[in-house]
Amino acid sequence: MVPFAGWEMPVQFAGILPEHRSVREAVGVFDISHMGQLFVEGEGAGEWLDSMLTNNLATLGDGEGQYSLMLNDRGGVIDDLIVYRVSQNRFFLVVNASMRDADIAWLGEHLSSGVDLIDSSAHFAAVAVQGPKALAVYEALHNELGLPPLPARNGIAMDRNDTTLVCRTGYTGEDGYEIFFPATDAESFYNPLLEAVTDAGGQPCGLGARDSLRLEMGYPLNGSDLSPELTPLQSGLGFFCKLDAAPFIGREVLVDQKENGLPTRLAAIRIVGKSPPPRPHYPILAAGQEVGELCSGVLSPTLGQGIGMAYLPTPLWKVGTELEIEIRGRRFPAHVVKKPFAKG
Amino acid sequence: MNAPDNLRYQQSHEWIGTDDGPVPVGITDHAQDELSDVVYVELPEVGATISKGDPVAVVESVKAASDIYTPVSGTITEVNTALEESPGLINSDPYGDGWIFKLEVNDREEFASLMGAATYSGQVG
Repeated sequence: MVPFAGWEMPVQFAGILPEHRSVREAVGVFDISHMGQLFVEGEGAGEWLDSMLTNNLATLGDGEGQYSLMLNDRGGVIDDLIVYRVSQNRFFLVVNASMRDADIAWLGEHLSSGVDLIDSSAHFAAVAVQGPKALAVYEALHNELGLPPLPARNGIAMDRNDTTLVCRTGYTGEDGYEIFFPATDAESFYNPLLEAVTDAGGQPCGLGARDSLRLEMGYPLNGSDLSPELTPLQSGLGFFCKLDAAPFIGREVLVDQKENGLPTRLAAIRIVGKSPPPRPHYPILAAGQEVGELCSGVLSPTLGQGIGMAYLPTPLWKVGTELEIEIRGRRFPAHVVKKPFAKG
Repeated sequence: MNAPDNLRYQQSHEWIGTDDGPVPVGITDHAQDELSDVVYVELPEVGATISKGDPVAVVESVKAASDIYTPVSGTITEVNTALEESPGLINSDPYGDGWIFKLEVNDREEFASLMGAATYSGQVG
């Protein structure tokens, strides 16, 4: 167990490697109760949220969701999150545990009249079920647990009593879903779920596998790969920043960067051949000169090779650029590759 | 937890053999269990002379890198190159095929500072 944003979180159960493999090949269940859950409700809630987030909320219908970012005035990332439109004037946000307080403070500071911001994080426990057999687990369980029909990709569905939410999203690159349910029901909910996952050849997974799975997909982790000092354009998240839709906080900085160029960009880096596992803060060299450091790194269980991400000066940010990663004084050859590192 | 009687142990969870001639060094069953799946082992160089307490190898799991400290002083006579291809041997057989290096010991008196199996087992409880 390790402390994580005020929670005691398991790094692993059976081991990071078997857990990782079980999500890629069968199914795994993660306790994600630490994540923050917010509701934004009221007349004009959508328009207001659209002014706070980078993606275009206006494209969402009821029951649909999208990945989005919340920026500061400098265009830097406060948090990355998923926002779901439950109904026209009701939105559900899932935010990072470590940033929940900062998110609430920032949203609260800018709140528009008539819009309510409700922190439901203490109310909900949550699990993520991920992997090729995740749907079979849902089939086996949804009647017993009183779950709504599984929503479409990126979508959200609620049960009749409005107490349980199911989102067809995740952080592993596999198909799957996240279920948010009352924390008071946690055991009666989790135990049959774990049994169904085990029956399907899966297992419970910890933070370690969550990190190696997301990194194989090139998904950024806030706090490691995203920063209030860097824009999402630099982080390779331009697709989620709709500069031609409703204006949002930080937009001008992004427009300016787009015109004048980005100083650094987040690159996906793969080590050539065998190496120790790359870890955050290991130095990166190009032509013998230090040009940056890893912000994330792991020995990819799928590839059997070291992978990582780092902000590099833009001229070096292209597929094929040859680099070296320094690990305890030794240099290991690496190069810039395309994301994702491995197929989900 | 498993700790064979014929070995000696130190606080940082390395074991060392006690037979005559060069003796093997590895990490304990407790240590491999704490580390979980070992994915990389950085071996020392054959011929290197090392002093008791020196970090001489690195064992890495997905979650952490751990320095391996030699329990006594001596000269490295052999390293377990099988670990380069199969680092998981440290997990599956920590006191056998998972040995890390062999050491020609300078002074057997240094063994007196190490723990026996019962004392070590008591410590990691």
